[in-house]
Amino acid sequence: MLTKKYLVKEKDYVNAGKVSSSIKKELKEIGVDESVIRKIAIASYEAEINMIIHANGGEIIFSIDDGIIELVFADTGPGIPNIELALTPGWSTASEKARQMGFGAGMGLVNIKRYSDSFDLKTSTEGTTITLQFKVF
Amino acid sequence: MKAKEIVELLNAKAIYIYDESLLEKDYNFAFSSDLMSDCLALISHNQSELVLLTGLCNIQSLRTAEMLDIDFLVITRGKKLDQEILESISEFNINTFSTAYTSFEASGILYTNGIKATDVDKEILS
Repeated sequence: MLTKKYLVKEKDYVNAGKVSSSIKKELKEIGVDESVIRKIAIASYEAEINMIIHANGGEIIFSIDDGIIELVFADTGPGIPNIELALTPGWSTASEKARQMGFGAGMGLVNIKRYSDSFDLKTSTEGTTITLQFKVF
Repeated sequence: MKAKEIVELLNAKAIYIYDESLLEKDYNFAFSSDLMSDCLALISHNQSELVLLTGLCNIQSLRTAEMLDIDFLVITRGKKLDQEILESISEFNINTFSTAYTSFEASGILYTNGIKATDVDKEILS
């Protein structure tokens, strides 16, 4: 089993996406199918962006075990008050800064859920943890 | 249509050439948006022969193209690029250009010259 932990800094808009880029390169190196890599990269990028936009950064844990890739995105932000609304395409509470960066289309969580094989979201006023799983083969 | 022909039609200027040989590669599809999540949601076909047009002139346009395996990016409206892009553009395997045309004009030019819209998964929006 391979496990790696990455830190995402609060409001670090310039480096937003770098962790997902590293994960993408890692998956390429170990020979994961390109279409699977793309799904993982998109979901990871959206979740990483969300941590920067909506929370105060956090950590991303990437692991591979027995043909399953798992990504855990854990933050200590304010949580998601209404999950149903957050999963509605077009619904967004993104800041002006996030919009300037090209985000805030209200597609983030929708994309994350859509591209993952398994999606689990736990949220409270103390933070949000999203766990995604992808089948490699 | 070859990338170099698209560049000529858009009178685009090279910002960064990752791979000169890609100028001879055929690109038959295009997608245009300033919203990166829309790109991530809707582009799911033809990435290897797709040119992405965007007015978003910061590093997230490159990151988005990277995640989608798109290697041809045209920044529209002749916008001045953020310094952060210029400093890190060589990290990306993406041929990047700038055109003075608006996204609407650039899309129109490409469309009338045979470049097609990529199929999008519209059900995601319903």
